[in-house]
Amino acid sequence: MSDTPDIAEHLATRAQRDDVLELGMWTFLSTEVLLFGGLILSYFVYRHADPQAFLAAGRETRIVIGTINTALLLTSSFCVAAALQAAEQGERHATRALLGIAILLGLSFLGLKGLEYVEEYREYLVPGIDFARTGENAHGIELFFIFYFIATLLHGIHVACGIGVLAVFAALATATRASSRYVAGLRTAALYWHFVDLVWIFLFALIYLPGRNS
Amino acid sequence: MSGIRRPKSRIWRPSTDLVLCWIGLLTLLGLTVTLSYQPLASFNFPVAMTIAAIKAGLVAAIFMELRHRSGVVCAFAAAGFFWLAILLWLGLMDFLTRV
Repeated sequence: MSDTPDIAEHLATRAQRDDVLELGMWTFLSTEVLLFGGLILSYFVYRHADPQAFLAAGRETRIVIGTINTALLLTSSFCVAAALQAAEQGERHATRALLGIAILLGLSFLGLKGLEYVEEYREYLVPGIDFARTGENAHGIELFFIFYFIATLLHGIHVACGIGVLAVFAALATATRASSRYVAGLRTAALYWHFVDLVWIFLFALIYLPGRNS
Repeated sequence: MSGIRRPKSRIWRPSTDLVLCWIGLLTLLGLTVTLSYQPLASFNFPVAMTIAAIKAGLVAAIFMELRHRSGVVCAFAAAGFFWLAILLWLGLMDFLTRV
């Protein structure tokens, strides 16, 4: 099997094409690091300004949903890593099945996140729409939840985009000829999905864990 | 079980590394949630961030396959975090140094 036509004319070899794909994705992910990094810097600044309020706000988050969601994303990352390994070994049905499981886990994550938003709305924790807290910590709790909604919505959009990309690769897994181009593309998509998981690992620690021991 | 190998009917399995990494990540998740309920005073936050960093390291090294990548790819991967370190360092300089 030759996939020479899969290589753009400015590239010499398949290995070079794969390197370019991977380096391009890492460059894009660097900009993503700074996008979420700016948000996290603002979290640190406001947490430093009002630590007690951030501990009180952390206690108001749904740690059971947050923990289940973290486990879902970690497991979906495992499935995508395994799907890539299967694709590298030419196991196309295993690739499609694993990507399918990863997509279902991603959709479950979004479903639970939506449920969490509904519960927060019912408890008057949505700044700008329906926020009702009084006392000396009220302002800091509101700042925490502004960060919470912006960060988790931005992350949720990334999850939704990732699900779309994985769906394309799941559909292509058995629909097209096996090619090194597919594997290289899936490797790039997998990097994006793992990055989304990586961002959530830190958001989980910043949002759900503060204030649990008091 | 002995007999003739039938490649068609075998079930494909991911490598042990991936499975161990996944189990490790879930274990660290359980650990960080458990520790967040312990009275560690001002250490709760650093402990949570350290465990998050270890989890991120596992994802980057094993799921993102950085352990098998060349120096150039690792440098590209590290670039974003290098700039992030500058952002956080300069951004938090005042808080870290004010007495």
